[in-house]
Amino acid sequence: MAVTLPPFQSLLDEHAADLHRFLAASVGPHDGADCFQETVISALRAYPGLQHADNLRGWLFTIAHHKVVDHARRAARRAIPVAEPPEVGTSDPDGLADAELWGAVRELPPKQRTAVVQRYLLDRPYAEVAAVIGCTEAAARQNVRAGLQRLRAELPQEVRS
Amino acid sequence: MTGDDDDVVARLRRGPAGPARTAPRVPSNGRAPDPPGPEDELDALVAAALARADADDLVDVAWAVQDSPIGPLTLAATGEGLVRVGFGGEDRVLDELATEVSPRVVRLPARLDDLRHQLDEYFAGRRRQFEVPLDRRLSHGYRRRVLEVLSEVPYGETVSYKDLATRTGNPGASRAVGSAMATNPIPIVVPCHRVLRSGGALGGYGGGVDVKVWLLRLEGALAL
Repeated sequence: MAVTLPPFQSLLDEHAADLHRFLAASVGPHDGADCFQETVISALRAYPGLQHADNLRGWLFTIAHHKVVDHARRAARRAIPVAEPPEVGTSDPDGLADAELWGAVRELPPKQRTAVVQRYLLDRPYAEVAAVIGCTEAAARQNVRAGLQRLRAELPQEVRS
Repeated sequence: MTGDDDDVVARLRRGPAGPARTAPRVPSNGRAPDPPGPEDELDALVAAALARADADDLVDVAWAVQDSPIGPLTLAATGEGLVRVGFGGEDRVLDELATEVSPRVVRLPARLDDLRHQLDEYFAGRRRQFEVPLDRRLSHGYRRRVLEVLSEVPYGETVSYKDLATRTGNPGASRAVGSAMATNPIPIVVPCHRVLRSGGALGGYGGGVDVKVWLLRLEGALAL
């Protein structure tokens, strides 16, 4: 029996804002916009062939996660470790700390990056983090933990306090 | 969970500062429009993505809502042409299109620019006929035949259900003609408002009898 899929528009209405937040946080605002467009296009391409409509949000973010993985691969090939410029005036110490933190997030391995951003920025439960990455819930927890450890280790003390 | 609640986690929850921080969407509730902000940025981003998807032929149904003197109209087109006109908001219409045509239904007003322009002219009394391709896939069998014949009833004229049945070569089918009118997927453009009861009684209308009267007056088919 054919599965009943809602109009793609309803996915955009419900998830586009979070999708954009996820991608902008994961790869930066500029590349985030590109990844957002690629995610929408890939999702539209695959949508009519979906076999079930159980977790469309998870499906959509899995595609977005793959875009983050692709982006990380391309960035590694370019191998010029230039962080995106801070997004706020550097005279603002909070802004500077934020810029350093999110710069560090964007240097995390993609699975840890997705796990941390899904878990904390988007406030998703571990089960959903796992669905997005395509791993077990235990592995999702492990990715969040490892990502946090790395962020704490890499950030200078004064940024963390 | 003490280790989880440190400052790094708190900052992660707050999100990046600056333009990347987009607030969750709140449905508009009739307030004055907000100044341009993250939502407009997001809308522009979505529109750009959909324009690219359309260029790749990935949009099966494009829709838009058009304001009109008879209230908002939801318009939807496939690659073949105009497939649906709905009275009121889009919710019900989009679900129907997703099921009946394709789930690749997205808001893409540019694909409907031609029709929107012609509707504006029609409602201003400056157009008597629509020149857009139609996709009649949502009507079938005899009902479809009736709606095709109905398309030939000109602006400013009316026919009875019985007349229309006769014109399809099936004079006893008034009742079937009635159900074809009630299920017309493309009202206004396929002019079911021009069909009245024998003797001139108005009969029903999907958009409400008031709308039917308004359209017939616009076309000069009903005395003031």
